[in-house]
Amino acid sequence: MIIVGEKINTSRKSIAAAVEARDADFIVKVARAQVDAGATYVDVNAGTLLEQETEVLCWLVETVQGAIDISLSLDSPNPAALAEAIKLHKGEPMINSISLEKDRLDALLPIVSSRPCSVVALCMAETSMPTTTEDRVQVGSELIDKLTGSGVALEKIYVDPLVQPVSVDTNMGVATLGAIGEIMRKYEGVNTICGLSNISYGLPERKLINRNFLALAIAHGLNGAILDPTDNLIMATMYTVEMLMGKDEYCGNYIDAYGNGILSKQ
Amino acid sequence: MSDYKALQEAVLKGDIKTALEQTQKAIDAKDVARDVLDNGLIPAMDEMGDRFAKGVAFVPQMLRAAKTMQECVKLLQPLFAEGDITSKGKVLIGTVKGDLHDIGKNLVAMMLEGAGFTIVDIGVDVSPDKFVEKVKETNPDIVGMSALLSTTMPAMPETIEALKTAGLRDNIKIMIGGAPVTEKYATQIEADSYASDAGSAVAKAKELLGIS
Repeated sequence: MIIVGEKINTSRKSIAAAVEARDADFIVKVARAQVDAGATYVDVNAGTLLEQETEVLCWLVETVQGAIDISLSLDSPNPAALAEAIKLHKGEPMINSISLEKDRLDALLPIVSSRPCSVVALCMAETSMPTTTEDRVQVGSELIDKLTGSGVALEKIYVDPLVQPVSVDTNMGVATLGAIGEIMRKYEGVNTICGLSNISYGLPERKLINRNFLALAIAHGLNGAILDPTDNLIMATMYTVEMLMGKDEYCGNYIDAYGNGILSKQ
Repeated sequence: MSDYKALQEAVLKGDIKTALEQTQKAIDAKDVARDVLDNGLIPAMDEMGDRFAKGVAFVPQMLRAAKTMQECVKLLQPLFAEGDITSKGKVLIGTVKGDLHDIGKNLVAMMLEGAGFTIVDIGVDVSPDKFVEKVKETNPDIVGMSALLSTTMPAMPETIEALKTAGLRDNIKIMIGGAPVTEKYATQIEADSYASDAGSAVAKAKELLGIS
């Protein structure tokens, strides 16, 4: 399972304050905690800062990679910010994300195909949001075809089915899960990834919903998740379900997680 | 005037069957359709908006209550006299240019409609020019703009600028919202109001038009 640690996002108050003060120690501490907890990538997102986004995203890349040897998920809907941040990144970043929206596609396709990186392909069509499983599979397929057509390896692509709130339409969970399953079957070797919080928008006890959704998504083939790896409850769910789905040889990760106290320390 | 407590409770619960029964009962008792709307249905939706803003009611409950109200209004529809339905005001609403997200906008539109506003929903990815065109065409009291992406937020001041250039800015109040949008941003771009959720959008809209 590829875990992208979601905590370095300027929409969070503590991160916004640390960024404002250019408090590198705090940022590194948050990054390190996520890496120690099992993050494969550390996500950096400065989207709330508007005009300063590019500058701050670059500062975050240099700050985190200056202290920790880890790849980052460069997270922005803004191609210009991604283009600058990618130049400073050491090793292979994850680019989060490309979609079928024309400006984003045109600007990012040459960038992601010209250097080693992983890329999140968000199932957003050019002029509409997907509703059904079929919508998602169609947009996902189109993105995969465009990316592989530009020379990006299937193994580097992470399709994000675009999770939408179940509170607004009770079919949204099923539509997303169906898309994960179908994309994983249709393109052997491709990855699927998603954030978890959108599913629970508008409902109480959101973490409970997020955890159960993660379990169902893994059961449908999801192999990447953008989450808070320092949340033991969600990590315990992940380890348990991966094991139950036959993806944990000799139950090694599960037992290690037990040894590390993750399964019981909530 | 009848007591509409049972009707209000049914709307709040989203119990369509009981709400329709209560509406029919009021009709049978020769209640004026407008009373049923103004003193029964709209206060129930106001209460729902309030509960939602306080975090004690949730999105599906809001959707269900709105659906229930719509069904009751359908039953009342043939009984409204000409000029009977006085709107609280007209709100033109859309998601700004480059942004395809519509969930938040739809919730806001629905709650405003439930509160007695007339809604003109112009959809997603609405350019400043289209906002201008639609304002000219429909003459709203309030223009609501939504953005879910930080990259599309700048389309809000662009739209305000376009409305100014077209000489329409002074005729309307502008309300904005969406996940990355803040009160501070609203002040900065000289919007008239910011609403953080669908429930408070109703309160803010009333405030803008001086409705208690």
